[in-house]
Amino acid sequence: MPSADLGGRQATAAPASPYAIELKGISKAFGSVQANKDINIAIPRGTIHGIIGENGAGKSTLMSILYGFYRADSGQILVNGAPVTIPDSQSAIRAGIGMVFQHFKLVQNFTVLENVILGAEDGPMLNSSLAKARKILGDLSREYELDVDPDALIEDLSVGHQQRVEILKALYRQAEILILDEPTGVLTPDEADHLFRILRGLRDQGKTIVLITHKLREIMETTDNVSVMRRGTMVATVKTAETSPESLAELMVGRKVLLEVVKNPAKVGDIILSVKDLAVNDEHGVTRLKGVSFDIRAGEILGIAGVAGNGQSELLEALGGIAAASGVVVLNGAELPLTGPRANGKARRDAGIAHVPEDRQSLGLIMDFTAWENVGFGYHDDPRYQKNAWLMDNDALRADTAAKMATYDVRPPIPALPAKSFSGGNQQKIVVAREMDRNPDLLLIGQPTRGVDIGAIEFIHKQIIALRDSGKAVLLVSVELDEIMSLSDRVLVMFDGQIMGERLPAQTNERELGMMMAGMGAK
Amino acid sequence: MDFATFLQISDTALRFATPLLLACLAGLFSERAGIFDIGLEGKMLMAAMSAGAVAAVTGSVWLGLIAAIFGSLLFAAVHGIASITFRGNQLIAGVALNFVASGITVLIAESMFGQGGRTPPLEGAARFANIDLPFAETLGAVPILGPFYAEVISGHTILVYVALALVPISWWVLYRTRFGLRLRAVGENPASVDTAGVSVVRLRFSAVIIAGVLCGLAGAYMSTGLQAGFGREMTAGRGYIALAALIFAKWRPWQALWATLLFGFLQALALRPDVVESMTRVAIPVPFLDALPYILTVIVLAGFVGKAIPPRAGGEPYVKER
Repeated sequence: MPSADLGGRQATAAPASPYAIELKGISKAFGSVQANKDINIAIPRGTIHGIIGENGAGKSTLMSILYGFYRADSGQILVNGAPVTIPDSQSAIRAGIGMVFQHFKLVQNFTVLENVILGAEDGPMLNSSLAKARKILGDLSREYELDVDPDALIEDLSVGHQQRVEILKALYRQAEILILDEPTGVLTPDEADHLFRILRGLRDQGKTIVLITHKLREIMETTDNVSVMRRGTMVATVKTAETSPESLAELMVGRKVLLEVVKNPAKVGDIILSVKDLAVNDEHGVTRLKGVSFDIRAGEILGIAGVAGNGQSELLEALGGIAAASGVVVLNGAELPLTGPRANGKARRDAGIAHVPEDRQSLGLIMDFTAWENVGFGYHDDPRYQKNAWLMDNDALRADTAAKMATYDVRPPIPALPAKSFSGGNQQKIVVAREMDRNPDLLLIGQPTRGVDIGAIEFIHKQIIALRDSGKAVLLVSVELDEIMSLSDRVLVMFDGQIMGERLPAQTNERELGMMMAGMGAK
Repeated sequence: MDFATFLQISDTALRFATPLLLACLAGLFSERAGIFDIGLEGKMLMAAMSAGAVAAVTGSVWLGLIAAIFGSLLFAAVHGIASITFRGNQLIAGVALNFVASGITVLIAESMFGQGGRTPPLEGAARFANIDLPFAETLGAVPILGPFYAEVISGHTILVYVALALVPISWWVLYRTRFGLRLRAVGENPASVDTAGVSVVRLRFSAVIIAGVLCGLAGAYMSTGLQAGFGREMTAGRGYIALAALIFAKWRPWQALWATLLFGFLQALALRPDVVESMTRVAIPVPFLDALPYILTVIVLAGFVGKAIPPRAGGEPYVKER
């Protein structure tokens, strides 16, 4: 039990209140946007407390206030019953609050040990700090299943291990309250299970865990209580055991939401795309995609499951004409050039491939350009947008954008608004509208619902299924297993640039796919 | 090349390498903290003028040295305020400072002394004197190493030895102290430092100030050690050569020493075209020899020295994100 070594925070903070954290009337505005409105919440000590809400509901703002990144305009924060002010991260750490960010705050070329002591060194010399940290880390690892090699470089660790380093950092700073922001986005199901075991272990030692997530399943499986945020307000706090995913979703969105994807059996036709031994090297010459082969038929959705960074991005980029590749790719009976000047996104679009890239903000949109300019990208020579041989007809493009915005439910439906002014879900709808509306033979779609709120997820899923039902082929890449399982007609699992095997969603389960995603299990 | 000539050239190489080494270490501290410093040149020039002017007026080289550090720090502060406080572009701020230095040094020197932008020639206590290291005479009799010690190592000004001592000191600070750990972290991932509750701004300013002090030493050495007075554009691109050496050294102190010695050696060779001719048996034009360090700079900057990975957060102002 290392808490003896860690000093007596528990002893000094004699629990006067049953609550680890209480927020009273917290409000925060950015300009005219009210990010948090009169938030009241009390989190009992020694529990796992979930906070869910759509993107932009104000979860991150609230947590940033707790960790000293922002100061609330009004309201009060109580830790263990005592009022505190948290003007900076140092104060949050001193109050016993630790934070595990969605994007890890680690120094890639430092060792685990160096990352752990950074900012919490004992004195101006490093040696004694390192020795002490090594001992404490050993104790913590044993107690909470948090094993990592203290001398490993961060860049050599898997994301799951990197996350453990973040947790160790917080524990080393004697955090009694641990906040985790979307912790499972980058983990395999196995790693996520391991994480939840760690969190339960921490809770059983009396620590308080705040889990921010948009995954209802994790909330249901892991938390004791759950608070729901919507548009900057805290709409409800309920006992997890007394609620259901459906009612939580309804609280989040403010209306009834269909969580299950409804689709008819696939009516498959001819082979649209045939891929053979497709391989891609990155700019350092490292082979990222190591020769994959598969076919996609008309009227089916082929799902590619895998942990991010196992070659799925390269697969999409090679097929979309962004990355040079080797191998054979045949679309509708015609072979596509994979290198050279004719291997580009424009040629692929002309051939009938539409591409919704994984990272819409860097590859799908120009954030400072307006919605109508973004809708025109890649299709500037569409005859509908031409005034004459030399000039574009921007009015036609604007009108077409307005029509697409209506069809694809983009809110607000204003073509002249810059892309960055839309929420993540509406940005995605703009990209989806541009790509799907051309009625492509093959749709490549990567992470279609990353950072997209529940209401928009439902809409985008329906669009994908409608395209498939109209006899088109869809290649779906997603790190969300739920999404893969519910949308796909067939599933390929990728690991380390290779296909580990093919499964039918009805004849497999998340456990089996998870094993394959981790590189285990036969073909 | 006989041994005596080799010793002579090595001796000159060490003199020439000293300002490069000091500037290179200045760049090392700054860039390891994530602030690209193309303004080494301007800071050195400003320091060289300040040292030359104050030493000429007061007759004290030590007052000159203090003035040099002050002048360089002034420029460092402007660079820090522009690129850290106001999150401006570090390269543009540095280039601007170089232009300012190029003009203002001549302007001040001209208005003070009216000698065409130079400072008056320095002598005696207004210059750093050469120091003979202990036992230089007696050890000189030992073959090979003796003369090397007596001719090359011994007989330089104090700043040469300070520069050499700064190499292990810099290594120790960077890799063995809390400050060094945080400094390296802030150049790699400032968010990690910020979320650990440590001020990114304060760390980066410390690094910029250290760079200012080191450039002050480099500039002072130029006008009061290597030469006897300040002359227009006397740094002649040494700030840029130091940057090339920094990349060559992959931002590490010991490698910085070897890289700057190499550049110093090339500069020393340019002074002895006769030696080069006797070795190559071809008459190589002196301007080409003069250009050699700069040619090597271009080659290094073009990336022909293998993979040099700069600090990951280098050049980017830190903006706190949620």
